[in-house]
Amino acid sequence: MNLKSLIAGAALSALATVAMADVKVGMITTLSGGGASLGIDVRDGFMLALKQSGRDDIEVIIEDDQRKPDVAVQIADRMIQAEDVDVLTGIIWSNLAMAVVPSATAQGKFYLSPNAGPSALAGKGCSPLYFNVAWQNDNLHEAAGAYANTAGYKNSFILAPNYPAGKDALTGYKRFFEGELAGEIYTKLGQTDYAAEIAQIRASGADSVFFFLPGGMGISFLKQYADSGVDIPLIGPAFSFDQGILQAVGDAALGVINTSQWSKDLDNPTNAAFVESFQAEYGRLPSLYASQGFDTANLLISAVEAADVSDTDAFRAALEAANFDSTRGKFRFNTNHHPIQDIYVREVVKEGDIYTNKVIGVAIEDRGDAYAAECQM
Amino acid sequence: MLTERRLNILVLALLLAVPLWAWIANEPFTITLATRAVIFAIAGVGLNLALGTGGLVSLGHAAFFGIGGYAMGILASHAQAYTAIFEWPVMLEGTKSMPIIWLVAILASALAALAIGALSLRTSGVYFIMITLAFGQMFYYFMISWPAYGGEDGLSIYVRNGFPGLNTLDPIQFFGLTFVILLLVLGLVTRLRASAFGLALGAARQNEARLRAVGIDPYRLYLLAFTLSGAITGLSGALFADLNRFVSPTMFSWHTSGEIIVFIILGGVGRLMGPVIGAALYVMLEHLLGGVSDYWQIYFGAILLAVVLFARGGLIGLLVGREVAHD
Amino acid sequence: MTFVLLAEQVLNGLQFGVMLFLMAAGLTLIFGVMGLINLAHGSLYMVGAFAAAATAAATGSFLLALAASLVAAAAAGALMELVVIRRLYGRDHLDQVLATFALILIFSEGTRWLFGSFPLYLDIPDALSGPVTLPFGIEYPRYRLAIIGIGLAVATALYLLITRTRIGIQIRAGEEDREMIAALGVDISRLYTLVFALGAALAGFAGALIGAIQSVQVGMGEPVLILAFVVIVIGGIGSVKGALVGSVLVGLTDTLGRALLPAVFGLFMEPSAATTVGASLASMAIYLLMAAVLILRPRGLYGSA
Repeated sequence: MNLKSLIAGAALSALATVAMADVKVGMITTLSGGGASLGIDVRDGFMLALKQSGRDDIEVIIEDDQRKPDVAVQIADRMIQAEDVDVLTGIIWSNLAMAVVPSATAQGKFYLSPNAGPSALAGKGCSPLYFNVAWQNDNLHEAAGAYANTAGYKNSFILAPNYPAGKDALTGYKRFFEGELAGEIYTKLGQTDYAAEIAQIRASGADSVFFFLPGGMGISFLKQYADSGVDIPLIGPAFSFDQGILQAVGDAALGVINTSQWSKDLDNPTNAAFVESFQAEYGRLPSLYASQGFDTANLLISAVEAADVSDTDAFRAALEAANFDSTRGKFRFNTNHHPIQDIYVREVVKEGDIYTNKVIGVAIEDRGDAYAAECQM
Repeated sequence: MLTERRLNILVLALLLAVPLWAWIANEPFTITLATRAVIFAIAGVGLNLALGTGGLVSLGHAAFFGIGGYAMGILASHAQAYTAIFEWPVMLEGTKSMPIIWLVAILASALAALAIGALSLRTSGVYFIMITLAFGQMFYYFMISWPAYGGEDGLSIYVRNGFPGLNTLDPIQFFGLTFVILLLVLGLVTRLRASAFGLALGAARQNEARLRAVGIDPYRLYLLAFTLSGAITGLSGALFADLNRFVSPTMFSWHTSGEIIVFIILGGVGRLMGPVIGAALYVMLEHLLGGVSDYWQIYFGAILLAVVLFARGGLIGLLVGREVAHD
Repeated sequence: MTFVLLAEQVLNGLQFGVMLFLMAAGLTLIFGVMGLINLAHGSLYMVGAFAAAATAAATGSFLLALAASLVAAAAAGALMELVVIRRLYGRDHLDQVLATFALILIFSEGTRWLFGSFPLYLDIPDALSGPVTLPFGIEYPRYRLAIIGIGLAVATALYLLITRTRIGIQIRAGEEDREMIAALGVDISRLYTLVFALGAALAGFAGALIGAIQSVQVGMGEPVLILAFVVIVIGGIGSVKGALVGSVLVGLTDTLGRALLPAVFGLFMEPSAATTVGASLASMAIYLLMAAVLILRPRGLYGSA
């Protein structure tokens, strides 16, 4: 098989010791095309944690899904059928996760999600073998709604792209926000010009704007918004403010409030060591995606230390214990295997030449998610 | 001397032999790859009917591929959830039976192709390429924003649909099923091309005026070819959805339309087996190049470019020469 | 909807249209003179934006960045023409679509290989940042006004180039009858390279102008490319005038569709459903427009036989 495989540690020496069964991990993530920067960060964070652990019994196979659901399914089939992996991980996008996760868990494989958290997998479609190490999709938007209340906003204008994650975002915000809505807009997915929307915001009389526009959409929106002279304060989830994107937005992002479960200045020893070692290893600051990849690998390592992966029940219990030091500080799993964690409020600042985020408060403490009650395992 | 006929038989034999070997050697993933190639081949054979025989360059066949896929997704998801698709005016239930799904996929995509074709065929040349692209994009944006069936997230079907007497979850059995369908489709297309309709269509591509002179309206010929072509591509969409047990609007994207054209060009335009060879080659390249580098699309682009520029007539043209009359 | 908001949206539509025109003009010129469909036109747009971002980062000058975008895109276009495109002139449209589709893959991944996967930074110059107040109290970004001005200036310059200069005469002659101008002793391969480079430079220029208010990233050319095709098909392929009319039509349809359709559906539907349905229809609006135009006029508004 001509595979791009990355062997972590020497498999031979592991065979010699025999003490521990090898764990084979299949990572399916986006490494080419438009969304590649997210996948690269998750991969780098994950591999950094493995390297630091010094373990030679965890083998990782990495494959590029090109952000195409059918390619992701094909790779998952190969990893399960031909490579016989024990654990799958790596998917960035909800639609790809929905394509891969249900059938992977149905075939008895563990799946650890380092990024996507669609509501279907948190509620009715939850699985004992599926663990989300990042967040349920609604979480950061809920936190933005909660923050808007404490900031005293009464009248929000909200917008997101017209696709399921966009609708979840606005639903999440509305779930916590107690004020009125000055307007609600769904934009075209992949839209790059927001002049029409900004004109409506200007005319709406809102006192705050909540937007969920990941990737390039957010860059375009922020630059155009800053230039439009509209000075209604913005709130958004961290996806439009991660380390990779901020440098492309520049001054236009300064001072904008965003919500995140992680930030590079979170004050705990694990995080400080992570930020420093990531920078040393890769020559750039980590993003929240990198932190999620790092946490996912450490969760996996903690379970491998506690149980044999072939003993499904014991391994699942070891994962449920979440006995690892998270870069977020507090971290535990809810009944539906999604995190219960604090979600922070951050502000975009400039440190020297680098644009980055600074924590200014906590939006919600110990937040689980709205779907856990529907999950019957 | 390698003739096109011998090559065709060789290719089909190889396409059958590789998965059989993989089955014996217990390499189920190779079977999955072969199945993917066969399904792409069916889509290509469908488009080739319009493009190769009729000269209609459609950059919107992703619409039919997607409609076929969603025929499967919608029927199976309702059967999976035990809900009716609609209860009025007649009770319509979902189904997990492949033959019924295929029938629906064929009818739905034929109907769409008839409507799109009727409008698009008023134009020709570049305008035709662009208007089919526009219809494809319309479907793409509609499916992304239509919330009922998952929007961009798509639909997951947990268990592959059933075919009487077969265990479709067994890779080799599902492969056999798709291979038989490919043979049937190839047989159908061969007969069509030899029929009065096929001959007239080929003549229309070469010289419309002459055809009009003998009293045949090329518009109706083209429309029939386009509709049949859409129906076959729709069927392959339903199979593709069943292979992945998943459908999403990506099936409707214009890249998909481009890829179906790529199968035809790689193999050889207008040749019966062109799309089959092209699809097999595409799946192999995608698989092998992906292992070489993260930037594998550069190499793929270069290969594609080289084929278009220097190997006119595709791989078949390269192997058996171009003198063969292929109409 | 108030008058001021409507006026602002019309301006937005106009600005969007003018930007599309910069893309579409090159595309339609290349088709008109050489009979070539160039899917890789969006890649030249991307080349312009990346060249501008890199130059701006190195020198801090927006004017230099704009110049760099023109030079880089024209050079990339000329190279593309010399190596690949000139082999495609005699071919059918299918080969052209495929070969330029391959060029998209090569350019996109090549750019990612050179510049990495992260978006680049390019900002508008200080002199053009912030809003200005227009008559009737309309507040409008200065930079967008500048884009409208630049676009109209380019349209005028193109018009003069085609109607008043020697090169223009050759271009028009080439559109009418290719054999004839070769017989008249015009170096046709040089003319073709020149026209292609001109179209490329326009696309690159558009990429740099727009890159300053959008995201400079790999793949940024594709959505614009498809829109530009819609524009030239509506206008009639090969007609620069058609491209201008088509651009403004598409710009207005898209912008006003996004602004008005949800409100229209809001009249008789509940708000959340209305925004969803309105947004869906708005995203399909330009394709509906194009289908309608082609059904009524199969050669576009200004297309010749």
